[in-house]
Amino acid sequence: MTAPYDVAVIGAGVMGCSTALHLARAGMKVVLLDRGEICREASGVNAGTLTMQMTRAALIPYALRAHAMWMRMGEWCDGGHVQAVDCPGLSVAFTEHEVAMLEERAHFRRQAGAPIEIVSTARAREIEPGLSDKALLAGHCPIDGFTSAYLTGRAFRPALLNAGVDLRERCAVRGVQPGFSIDTEEGEIRATRLVLAGGVWLQDMAAWLGITLPIKVLINQLVVTERLPPVMRTVLGVASGLLSLKQYANGTVLIGGGWQGIGDRQRGGLAVKPDSFLGNVRLAAHTIPALRDARVVRSWLGLEAETADALPAIGPIPGVADAWIIGSVHSGYTSGPYMGKLLAQAICGQAPELPLFPIDRLLAKDQAA
Amino acid sequence: MAAATEAAQRGASVVVFDESPAPGGQVYRAPPAGYAMPADPDRLEGDALRAALAASGAVVKTGHRVWGVGGGPLVPLGEDAAPFRIDALAPDGSNSVTEARALVLATGTHERIIPFPGWTLPGVLGLAAATILLKANGVLPGRRVVVAGAGPLLYAVAAKVAKAGATVAAVVDLAATSEWLAALPALMARPDLLTRGAAWRASLTLKGVPILPAHRIVAAEGDKVLRRVRVAPLGGGEERVIDCDALTIGHGLVPATEATRAFRAAHRYEATAGGWVPVLDEDRRTSIARLYACGDGSGVRGAAAAPASGRLAALAALRDLGLIDSTTHATARSAPAANFARAARAGGAMARMMALRPALVAAIPPDTIICRCEGVTRAQIEAAVTDGATAMNQVKQFTRCGMGPCQGRMCGEAAAELVAAKVGGREKAGFATGRVPLRPVAMDALLGDFDYADIPVPRPAPI
Repeated sequence: MTAPYDVAVIGAGVMGCSTALHLARAGMKVVLLDRGEICREASGVNAGTLTMQMTRAALIPYALRAHAMWMRMGEWCDGGHVQAVDCPGLSVAFTEHEVAMLEERAHFRRQAGAPIEIVSTARAREIEPGLSDKALLAGHCPIDGFTSAYLTGRAFRPALLNAGVDLRERCAVRGVQPGFSIDTEEGEIRATRLVLAGGVWLQDMAAWLGITLPIKVLINQLVVTERLPPVMRTVLGVASGLLSLKQYANGTVLIGGGWQGIGDRQRGGLAVKPDSFLGNVRLAAHTIPALRDARVVRSWLGLEAETADALPAIGPIPGVADAWIIGSVHSGYTSGPYMGKLLAQAICGQAPELPLFPIDRLLAKDQAA
Repeated sequence: MAAATEAAQRGASVVVFDESPAPGGQVYRAPPAGYAMPADPDRLEGDALRAALAASGAVVKTGHRVWGVGGGPLVPLGEDAAPFRIDALAPDGSNSVTEARALVLATGTHERIIPFPGWTLPGVLGLAAATILLKANGVLPGRRVVVAGAGPLLYAVAAKVAKAGATVAAVVDLAATSEWLAALPALMARPDLLTRGAAWRASLTLKGVPILPAHRIVAAEGDKVLRRVRVAPLGGGEERVIDCDALTIGHGLVPATEATRAFRAAHRYEATAGGWVPVLDEDRRTSIARLYACGDGSGVRGAAAAPASGRLAALAALRDLGLIDSTTHATARSAPAANFARAARAGGAMARMMALRPALVAAIPPDTIICRCEGVTRAQIEAAVTDGATAMNQVKQFTRCGMGPCQGRMCGEAAAELVAAKVGGREKAGFATGRVPLRPVAMDALLGDFDYADIPVPRPAPI
């Protein structure tokens, strides 16, 4: 029997990686387990959007700090980076109803600290010459940007190893006994503390500990074009939040926004829905008319987790000493690295810089501590 | 063509989609409309298949590029399988949507080209690409052509290039003479092919074309366009330089499994069938109900075996749909089953010769581009594996290899082989997930005319 780890983190997405990295740097002996490969689920296939204008108001303070972390990732991640691009973001309204929505949402986000100003279409088209003249109004946020999310695993991996994290990919966990004894395909792993960081699979993981935590699964669709000459230079969204659009340095344009495809926890992201596919690309081309000349090369799907109140599950697991949970963060990739840092602070016994999101509120009364 | 003909003749309502202006696929490719080309044996056979299809009652949608597949098993958890859905771009650029209770895939192959320095120079093209130029368009790939690679296409292309008046500077054959001799017994089942093959070789010998067995192209060279190739014996030895303005090269054929992968059908790796192939029963059923695969797209067995496998697939579909009873099915399938077995023996021997040769991949220099869409070199792919990538989907994320317009059709084989050599085999290296669109699709065709109000924007997330 090997000496127990100080902490076992289950789930090597952006939440698990950041938590593990910060714990290891705080001196803990960490094992990071994943049934697949590092950042191969939502953390590696999402749109990489670092926008404030799709982030829930309550998460803006976290997202702003995470934005700064992404932009300086090489500095704190041993050179690992995700080609983060710092650029302005625009959220556009095309109807009077959307104008009202935009103004209301900008107001709440501004109160939460996002420097969003409402600008005229003329001003918006100075900021983004590619924008359609059909826009009525836009929210402009100078703090925005995007990453190449597919690089996330590669970016984290060397830093994790340098920090001494025992990274075990393709090592599925079958169950956990208090204490903790973790039953894996490679045998038993023992750890003093446990962190569940399993994205949409958090519901199954919580069940190992006898906790019923309903997690809704969103099947988010993404579509990417061939390389194009420059057609845009900002991150573009719409008032409803159902569009995220950006052009990468290589010329490809990524079209997302959370349109739903077919899939589930068991089978993953299976297929796009024809109506969602069409709706999403129409909305994109309505916003950036030059996209009409593009060709689509691929679509795919990523699974996003959501709690009952669509706010994160980050904190101690009630009734199970030394067990923690992190996930279900709306726009979770955006805030991910900072959330992991916060949880690591709490696990190390420090007061986190910003409050966590304890899950007691999400549990049936007899389970909450 | 055979599957559709069989199904339609037996009373099924059938629609066929093909990207080309006329049915026929690669081997039986017809010339463009209004374009006169002398008929060869393939043409005559193709014409017979085309005539049968035209008379069968099947609706033939040529010039339709199928970019989307869906339905079938791709439904929310707990729901029954849906009708299959086919999205295709019609010749006028509009999108057409078709639903069907059963789907037969006869998607053919794409060409495997194992990269070498200079393979992206203008003037270098695939062997199969050269056959399209020659067969359908009567166009020569160059004036002084080196024909290189593996398999029977080598001699077919060389003979046609020579016959059409260009100089064949050399035939550079990966196979040793002994490999051809070893394939002879299997080829005896197809004396027609054997005769044609012998005639091709004889015509080349007559013209004094140098034939270099067990040789490979070391590099293609030239300033902006191809000027010469460097050639060397496989076992090592002195290189020679051959001046040319075209190099047609192919290292075999790879089944086009984009659609079966998109449906998440079970696949297995079979090098001698061209690579990853859908798992099939003897009646061409995939692991997905009412989804069938036939022809070289389900495992390379040659053009002669393809119609027989198509008929088997059609009969299985009719049986599964309840359109024929089990007795009719049993009787009807015996002839195509026997034909397939016979033809597949010769086809299998050729497929073995065209199977991927690991030594060729091992010889790729580190700075040679593997993924030409994204400019990813061998060294970059291997560095990704060193950095922890263990399978193709992950190598793709680490390097962008296979993310371009071809979606891995050009680079996939070489890249997977490089990864396989490090992780312990092609099964471990896996393959990239199949996703829509199966081919790049113009946004303009998808979008159509629409009003903003038509876009069903979902309900926003809470603020």
